[in-house]
Amino acid sequence: MIGKLIVREVRRGFGGPAWLPAAFFLLVATLIPFAVGPDPKLLARIGGGALWVAALTAALLPIERLIEPDRADGVLDQLAIRGVADESAAAAKIVGHWLSFGPLLLLSAIVGALLLDILPDQLPSLLLALLVGTVALAALAVVVASLTAGLPRAGALSGLLLLPLAIPLLIFGAAASGDAASGALLLEVAIALFIVAGAPFVAGAAIRASIT
Amino acid sequence: MSALLRFENVSCRRGGRLLFEGLDLALAPGEALQVAGPNGSGKSSLIRLAAGLLRPERGSVEATTLSLADDNLALDRESSLEAALAFWGGDVGKGLEVLGLAALRHVPVRLLSSGQRKRATLARVAASGAPLWLLDEPLNGLDSAGADLLRTLLQRHRTGGGAVVAASHLGLPGDWRRLELTP
Repeated sequence: MIGKLIVREVRRGFGGPAWLPAAFFLLVATLIPFAVGPDPKLLARIGGGALWVAALTAALLPIERLIEPDRADGVLDQLAIRGVADESAAAAKIVGHWLSFGPLLLLSAIVGALLLDILPDQLPSLLLALLVGTVALAALAVVVASLTAGLPRAGALSGLLLLPLAIPLLIFGAAASGDAASGALLLEVAIALFIVAGAPFVAGAAIRASIT
Repeated sequence: MSALLRFENVSCRRGGRLLFEGLDLALAPGEALQVAGPNGSGKSSLIRLAAGLLRPERGSVEATTLSLADDNLALDRESSLEAALAFWGGDVGKGLEVLGLAALRHVPVRLLSSGQRKRATLARVAASGAPLWLLDEPLNGLDSAGADLLRTLLQRHRTGGGAVVAASHLGLPGDWRRLELTP
């Protein structure tokens, strides 16, 4: 059942607007030179951080379709009846969501790095940091989606919930994108591990509460 | 034979309102129970209690493997009917057959009419092979041919040792034990 659930999430992601977060990410990256001016040195210096802000905002877009449609349509009920633990369902959602969100975002990050004139030798560390970051962002998105499922104006609320939770990730992720030699990547991995390990339990409890 | 569903001294409270209390109930194989009562009397809550989706405020609920059909479709709109039902497992071919949906198996779920959607939720129950069926307003949206199919289906299920609980404010076809809830 878990495998089927992951496949279903991926299919729903790509059947729906999976490209939307990636397109939004690129759009934000495009806005940066307009806002700060076209100085290549400045862009290269702030580029990593700017891409991280773009990634964070892009992570907000899919939240509303992650849990709420399944709650409203009774899918979560049917899973519970079949004895699928809410935590397992949440874990499957995280994996499925990342698969339709992470790789596309990393691809657009390459384009974004070109747009912001980020040096080619900086690109690997940027992509590595974003890879770790997107996994944690996918987990956070499922948590926030579970917490806000069924609430009115869940979209705006989700942003208010997710962005503060992502701040530690942003700090170390952006630092790791700029300087591969610093220890920031290890700290980012530690935070991501913490988020990914805890997320299924928080989301599971929230799903349980939203069903009953 | 042991009961497929047993309520012992169950109380249910929803939104601060006591819907019922001290409810005892046992359903043996072959039995069918209709939960009747006006809107808001707790029919659907009783079904969700039986399904384990609600926790009783007091008392205990025990149920065997069960299958639930309510107003929620829980089928992927973009998939074909057959693929959407297959996600939930069971004998999908049989489920489609007994509800007269075999011809629609390749049609995307989003194109089905409301009556066909109701049949689809019942087909999932029929495919499940679970001994206990919980049906919330099973006649909603069904035409008379659909209601006939449902009656035959339930008869066969009960003859095979299954049990049914159905919540409905309408009279259901066939012989049912009645449980009247009062608001």
